[in-house]
Amino acid sequence: MSERDECRAGARFPGRLPLSQFQGLMARQERGGRHRRRALPVPAVTTGPVLEVTGLDVTFGTGPDAVHAVRGVSYAVRPGEVLGIVGESGSGKSVASLAVMGLLPPHARATGSVRLLGREILGATEKTLTAFRGKTISMVFQDPLSALTPVYRVGDQVAEAVRIHQRVSRQQAAKRAVELLDLVGIPNAAQRARAFPHEFSGGMRQRAVIAMAIANDPDVIICDEPTTALDVTIQAQVLEVLKRAQRETGAAIIMITHDLGIVAGFADRVMVIYAGRSVETGSVDDVYYRPRMPYTMGLLGSIPRLDTGGGRPLVPIAGSPPSPVALPPGCPFEPRCPIAVPACSEKEPALEPVDAPDHLAACVRAGEIEAEGWSPAEVYRVAEPQVPTEETASPVRPREEREVVLAVDGLTRHYPLMRGAVFRRRVGTVHAVDGISFDIREGETLGLVGESGCGKTTTLMEILELARPQHGTIVVLGHDTSALGARDRMAVRRDMQVVFQDPLASLDPRMTVYDIVAEPLRAHGFGNPGPRIQELLGLVGLDPGHAARYPQDFSGGQRQRIGIARALALEPRLVVLDEPVSALDVSIQAGVVNLLEDLKRRLGLSYLFVAHDLAVVRHIADRVAVMYLGRIAEIGGVGDVYDAPMHPYTQALLSAVPLPDPRRERSRRRVLLEGDLPSPAAPPSGCRFRTRCPLFRTLDETGQSRCVNEEPQVRPFGEDHGVSCHFAEKVEVV
Amino acid sequence: MAITDERFAEQEAAAAGLAAPSRLRVVAGRFFGSLQGRVGFALLGLLFLLAFAGPYVGRWGYTDKDFMAFLQPPSPEHWWGTLQTGADVYAVTLRGMQKSLIVGLLAAVVGTSLAAVVGAFAGYFPGWADRVLTWFTDLLLVLPAFLILAIMSPLFAGGQWPLFVLLLAMFLWMITSKVVRSMTVSLKEREFIQAARFMGVPPTTIIFRHVIPNMSSLLVVDATLNVSAAILTETSLSYFGFGIQPPDVSLGSLIADGARTAVYAPWTFWFCAGLLIVTVLAVNLVGDSLRDALDPASKRAVRRGAR
Repeated sequence: MSERDECRAGARFPGRLPLSQFQGLMARQERGGRHRRRALPVPAVTTGPVLEVTGLDVTFGTGPDAVHAVRGVSYAVRPGEVLGIVGESGSGKSVASLAVMGLLPPHARATGSVRLLGREILGATEKTLTAFRGKTISMVFQDPLSALTPVYRVGDQVAEAVRIHQRVSRQQAAKRAVELLDLVGIPNAAQRARAFPHEFSGGMRQRAVIAMAIANDPDVIICDEPTTALDVTIQAQVLEVLKRAQRETGAAIIMITHDLGIVAGFADRVMVIYAGRSVETGSVDDVYYRPRMPYTMGLLGSIPRLDTGGGRPLVPIAGSPPSPVALPPGCPFEPRCPIAVPACSEKEPALEPVDAPDHLAACVRAGEIEAEGWSPAEVYRVAEPQVPTEETASPVRPREEREVVLAVDGLTRHYPLMRGAVFRRRVGTVHAVDGISFDIREGETLGLVGESGCGKTTTLMEILELARPQHGTIVVLGHDTSALGARDRMAVRRDMQVVFQDPLASLDPRMTVYDIVAEPLRAHGFGNPGPRIQELLGLVGLDPGHAARYPQDFSGGQRQRIGIARALALEPRLVVLDEPVSALDVSIQAGVVNLLEDLKRRLGLSYLFVAHDLAVVRHIADRVAVMYLGRIAEIGGVGDVYDAPMHPYTQALLSAVPLPDPRRERSRRRVLLEGDLPSPAAPPSGCRFRTRCPLFRTLDETGQSRCVNEEPQVRPFGEDHGVSCHFAEKVEVV
Repeated sequence: MAITDERFAEQEAAAAGLAAPSRLRVVAGRFFGSLQGRVGFALLGLLFLLAFAGPYVGRWGYTDKDFMAFLQPPSPEHWWGTLQTGADVYAVTLRGMQKSLIVGLLAAVVGTSLAAVVGAFAGYFPGWADRVLTWFTDLLLVLPAFLILAIMSPLFAGGQWPLFVLLLAMFLWMITSKVVRSMTVSLKEREFIQAARFMGVPPTTIIFRHVIPNMSSLLVVDATLNVSAAILTETSLSYFGFGIQPPDVSLGSLIADGARTAVYAPWTFWFCAGLLIVTVLAVNLVGDSLRDALDPASKRAVRRGAR
């Protein structure tokens, strides 16, 4: 089934409230009361499960090439309960949910049992399923753009969802659509309902999809990575909307995600899925604090944490998930498991209760882990942080004494906005980057963070182009780019290398690994690159014997290692990393992050690390610059910025990142931002953040007018900390 | 996954000399790893052998006329029979094939290469280079190719077939070049091209190392089609009396003549027509396997070619 079909099906899952209830609701609404169908969350465990999945198996194809995507997954959700399903890409978590909805493509076979409100729906006719979809069970998909039909107005699409399952007039449905859009927090809903999907931002679209999903008061809402495509502050907003939607409808939510942080704060119970099989399930606290399956331990240990710094090395899981075509006979995790014993490869362990009755783990050594109380670090035998030796300690000189490898001062990049085909005229200016300054010294990592559209990639490209910027200066390794001859530029290129975000896109698919890694060597006139390539591949942890393979024969993490090997080929001094790990699964990501840290220490590299994932930046960076709409909001050492952020935007950004720690996550204070990023073509006057700033709203008139009229410059606070806010104050948010 | 220093040192010691698995070698390995590629290549080789070594085996030259045998069916004397003029079909067919193989293959390769280079340069360098190349392409597109070839035909009468090949190629490449140009514009934005740029690889090298190989599927298919197109254009030119001039022959002129007598003297038509079909088939087989060998995403080549 193509994505388009899925979303069409998604657009039509509407359900039906009993007409009387709906009319009553409308009546209440007319009396002026904000409708609350079930004001209080329905207490869990009062009734039987609304959705019960038992022994679900999904196979694609037949014969030896058959892909066994889901193997015997069982779970149940009760009303008002949130079940988190966590797994890496390819683990079968999305396929399992599609099977529940009956949305699998025709060549897939699903067996087992799916009971919705006590009624078997697996293998039911399309007609029966259509009656259920949207009415009792609805779905929120990952990509909000493709889940809405581009040619219909958003309000009409929500109204369609209402009208499919409810016998109401067109006007009533339209009115209900506006209500629903209002409920999910779309400002000015009556007017915005007349907008087309492309006029909505990503977060708004996802809200509209949620509105559609709850249009008919479903009993179960399946959310398939609902926030993966969104920025972190928007993600926080959408999760808040989902929570509200759940309160309003009392529905059970199945939250499918790869982000353990989201599950920690949102779910009641969690199921970890690996190679199509549930390997551990239990309450969130049990699984997070007392994991009994090495895979869960590895997952928890491999996430960089916002609340702990770079002192703790990440725990990568060796290898990559098994191919679903050729699963090992025993435990599927056995080849990657650090505590595997011969018994593991004999038979696949069953899911059995461990410490608590509803805490199940599929591991032959679960009892042992429990009895010995092993922590993830012990299981994965993480090396203690190395005591700095003479050699490694020597480069740690005070910052001022080290050489500046990259200095950016007042960098500006504006793009003209043109309109008209015949007579092209300039109608505006996109202020992509608007006067930013920072520097990187030798052996240092600067993290450049910000949400999409903040100008971080533009900054990066300006630096990499090595051309004269529109305004300001870029000085790379002592060379000003505006006065760079061809020969000097070549020399600078040699010392500055780049690693891109998508490892597959940045490696030429038509070239072998050998040629890819040899390219920089050949470009700079090195003869016989063979030995050097072998050395480089070994350095990044790849088998040099694989040099004749193509990038597509490698897994994501290995591809990124090829990219890193290429960047290191010329022994550069500055490496620019453009989101190098954001396309990777967490367990793979940890390995690449560790590799980058290791290389930096051993080769004395400096990194400019561009990322949107604040936790990764905290882990790897020494200093961090937070960007907002083409300006730097806050810059400083990671300790200063993360522990005591002073700019309201940094505070909001940090508080929006979910922590993989259920207790802390529940007790955290969130600074929720309102609305979306303003267009960089028309940035607000004065302080760019004031339109969304929570601090701005608390200010008096004179304070506000200062924010509106005067653009704040980066002011130094403390030794190495700069904030561009007139009213900066320290707040602890992590 | 920190690599310990011991392991690092060990690897350095082992770094004696990695055999360079360069692209050429890998592609060749994959090409000959597929049955289709081997068959196609062997077939094409056999055809060349037949065309160039065959005449030495035969008893008759292509200009010889046997006045004792007009339009005779195959016999021990004339293996493939004779034409109405008494010419030996075996001898003239092979002579025609020599011309057609060279003209067809060369014109196709030259035409497609021209399309790739012009299109890629136009797409990679926006501005005046793009404008000049696009203008030149459009100009050739509006010129009546057939007429020009017909007018120029006296030039190739005196054995000037390389000129003929060039002229044929000149009128084969324009549309492909336009496709290549637009593909280059989108390829240029891809990260691996940017990565190469930021590494300091010169633009011309990027075009030949990254841009053109990434369009090889299109180009190989285009070249395969161009072989047939070139042979057929040459055929139709010869049919109208341009192109290869008598007493020289080409497959085209033979087929044109043979078509008239095909019904009652099938040997005058079927040997040359059959060889043309086999030639085009062999070229297609080679083209398909070459495309698969160049494209690492192709499953077929991976399954057969990988060690």
